[in-house]
Amino acid sequence: MTTTSHPETTLTLDDDLPVVRITREFDAPPAQVFRAHVDPDLVVRWMGPRDLEMHIETWECRTGGAYRFLHAREGEEHWFHGSFHDVRPDEVIIQTFTYEGMPDSVSLERLELEDIGGGRTRLVTTSMADSFEARDAMVSSGMEHGVREGYERLDEVLAG
Amino acid sequence: MTADPLDRVFSALADPTRRDMVARLTEGDATVGELAEPYAVSLQAVSKHLRVLEDAGLVSRSREAQRRPVHLEAEVLDLMTAWIERHRRRAEERYRRLDDVLRDLPDDVDPTPPPPGDEP
Repeated sequence: MTTTSHPETTLTLDDDLPVVRITREFDAPPAQVFRAHVDPDLVVRWMGPRDLEMHIETWECRTGGAYRFLHAREGEEHWFHGSFHDVRPDEVIIQTFTYEGMPDSVSLERLELEDIGGGRTRLVTTSMADSFEARDAMVSSGMEHGVREGYERLDEVLAG
Repeated sequence: MTADPLDRVFSALADPTRRDMVARLTEGDATVGELAEPYAVSLQAVSKHLRVLEDAGLVSRSREAQRRPVHLEAEVLDLMTAWIERHRRRAEERYRRLDDVLRDLPDDVDPTPPPPGDEP
């Protein structure tokens, strides 16, 4: 279990499963946090990375629904899609997630909304990749110059 | 156990005792005996943990000195924690934007109507 903990977002990597768990509290009741995940007009305002534009093609956040969206930057297009397997208003969203650049890799995501009183909500997102390799690629994809260079650097370091 | 170096680093740090040993080594080199002190495990078990950390490139053992102190290869550790921390920071940035969205929402949210055909 590798955890980085701050007063804000906490991220934990599970030891036994290819899981990333992210926990964060919000100054809003579960109904509002849920709505910010369901309404595509709200989703585009926060979910995409800051340096990319998010365009939603489909966003049916209900049991049996589907979604597909694009992250675009000049000369760069990244599509993602998945299914909303189970959506229980104000409580839980279970969905699949695929980056279309790696179409054979699917992760399963569970978003849990917990009412912690005082009009506040704890959101716990658990993403389970289909392999440790896929999970670690997902975590390390924040590298400025991509995973490949990160691996190359690590190889160099390990080669001493 | 795969041959992938990053996987090896991740799985080497998946064990709480090994993470604890790494934390101890961030303060300075230590002998196997010194590392074993805080734990109720045999020297043999500690050596086994060290081998896992060594195989992942996280620690090295000096060949010269009789004490053979264990040295932390901080660069490898930094690389991995940097990946995790960057991923965490991106999530935090996303959630700060969600904070802003939530602040702008009216307080009297209509309960979300159940989607048609979803009720038994």
